[in-house]
Amino acid sequence: MSRNYLLSDSIISPIGFSTEENLKAIRNSESALKFQNNSRFFKNGYFAGLINDLIIDERFGEIGNPTDYTKLEKLIILAIQQVLKTHPDLNIAQTGLVISTTKGNIDQLGKTQFPSDRLFLWKMAKIIADFFGFRMKPIVVSNACISGALAIKTANDFIETGKFSNAIVAAGDLVSEFVLSGFQSFQAISPEPCRPFSKDRQGVSLGEAAAAVLIGPDTSNSVDKIEYIDAITANDANHISGPSRTGEGLYQSISRLLQQNKVEASQINYLSAHGTATIYNDEMEAIAFHRAGLENVPVNSFKGYYGHTLGTSALIESILTKHSLLDNELFASHNFTESGTSKDLNVIENHQGKDLKIALKTASGFGGCNLAMLLKKESL
Amino acid sequence: MSEELFITKSVIIRDSKIIKNGKPFFKADPDASLSEFLKTIYKEEHLKYPKFFKMDSLSKLVYLGVELLTEGNIPDKKTALVFANSVSSLETDEAYAGTMGEFPSPSLFVYTLPNIMLGEISIRHQLKSENIFLISEEFDPTIYLDYTKALFQQKKTDNVLCGWVNLHNNEYDVFLWQIARSGRTDFNEEELKKLYLPTHE
Amino acid sequence: MSDLHTELKQSIIQQLNLEDMEVSEIENDEHLFGDGLGLDSIDALELIVLLEKDYGIKLTDPNQGKEIFNSINSMADFIEKNRIR
Repeated sequence: MSRNYLLSDSIISPIGFSTEENLKAIRNSESALKFQNNSRFFKNGYFAGLINDLIIDERFGEIGNPTDYTKLEKLIILAIQQVLKTHPDLNIAQTGLVISTTKGNIDQLGKTQFPSDRLFLWKMAKIIADFFGFRMKPIVVSNACISGALAIKTANDFIETGKFSNAIVAAGDLVSEFVLSGFQSFQAISPEPCRPFSKDRQGVSLGEAAAAVLIGPDTSNSVDKIEYIDAITANDANHISGPSRTGEGLYQSISRLLQQNKVEASQINYLSAHGTATIYNDEMEAIAFHRAGLENVPVNSFKGYYGHTLGTSALIESILTKHSLLDNELFASHNFTESGTSKDLNVIENHQGKDLKIALKTASGFGGCNLAMLLKKESL
Repeated sequence: MSEELFITKSVIIRDSKIIKNGKPFFKADPDASLSEFLKTIYKEEHLKYPKFFKMDSLSKLVYLGVELLTEGNIPDKKTALVFANSVSSLETDEAYAGTMGEFPSPSLFVYTLPNIMLGEISIRHQLKSENIFLISEEFDPTIYLDYTKALFQQKKTDNVLCGWVNLHNNEYDVFLWQIARSGRTDFNEEELKKLYLPTHE
Repeated sequence: MSDLHTELKQSIIQQLNLEDMEVSEIENDEHLFGDGLGLDSIDALELIVLLEKDYGIKLTDPNQGKEIFNSINSMADFIEKNRIR
């Protein structure tokens, strides 16, 4: 069976409008999380990673009419457009489109600027697909915060079954009043920028971003390529919003993944975790990683840089994992202070170079879902 | 590499009716409200699951549908769940939005994601299995065919429970079915369409 | 049993969707969480909302919840001391 690779990618976020810009910002230890004062649910302000509307419209104005598209549609279109630009020969009639989002255009709820069917995720996907002329009906993955990586798995699987020959996987979610108020009702929002895995962590910071990656066979002459090996999901079967205290679903995902692909925990060079900075999530991950024998693997969370970008998070983090592998670069787990999980982890505290070949990406989400994915660098 | 797959059972809940394996199973009062209808099925089936009453309508529909489909028993705890609908959790989103004005409700917010129903099934039946929730404009057999084919080919599961569970403007459309490596009905587009749109009453 | 105790039981049954449960079935000193009524973390969050909505009490530290929501008695005590409406 021919393998699929993570080819060109793009990240559109408050710290950069391309993967290159984002990598530069991360290397510079910049974070998207800034103090915001625009929500009626946070009278004293809050921290989040927001993308300026004017900048979005300015960039989008170069390729389309900003008033015809919602904020999220513009972000996702910009991300896809960057990937397509690096592949002018791509036969878009045969390329699939898989979109990951948890709430889509939820900021439009109760508003009349756009027709109400824009609230339907399939409609948003269609608007995006039509912008580029994708012929195949877009696939939409909406499975809470594992969606970004689950979309990669889905694209791979559909290529394997012959539905399409390659695919663009794109993701996007916004920081909306809807989600802000909801997380606040969960008492889950940190009063300060989030601190994943830290003793003094106090919850999540939200963020908005879009990302895209082309996945498919690699016929290029690249010296190094990043191969998608496999991904497994498993439900905790414990609670619909709180993670399992024993990390059951995450542990099952990881152990089945390693077992099925005959990879030992000792072969994993880098672990890109979910690390939302809630007391329960990070603790659950630490327990699951320990159970799977991964306690010594260098691990980070990217949420100190971006906040939790929901349906985009696992895709952005997969893309950054890909670049870590390619550049033999481990990025610091931003905002980490002091270990705060009952089981110690090998949290990456400073940017460092290291020979990397195999990485494990994990994600977890509401509904008890968990995902583990293996990426491997193939060198000529 | 082809994998022969079969539909082993199915349930439809639509228009106050329940259809099991293609045959009419139950008919409720068409004038009853959705919540009355759901409670009626719960009582008719003699179910005892207090969590039911905390669920939103979407999760209640799925919980009941799966109880009917499986007679309350799913022996293979790695039975994968492959579900889709067209409006995601929009009904509950709107209900939650209604509370945003004064006191945002956490018990409503928790249901504002379509995959929560998969969590509810997993908890009820203790399934620690593959999950996915997809969105498409209409019931699309090809999504299920392709995704489950990959699951079986990659040897990730021996059984799959598929569902199209949509709830919009109080109109519900629930179609659940199970897939396995042996059975009587071929798992293909034609058979799925036949089951989804039964011609008999 | 005061009016407040009864009122609380009625609110809890309604707010937390404890179907088919009667006020008489909840003991004043029964554990609300864990064994006893078996409420969960989402229920705890809804109780925090209830405190503000019905009694005007805004919990500054949600961790206080554990003690306050131990039983109907502890809830009633806390409300009596802190209620604004």
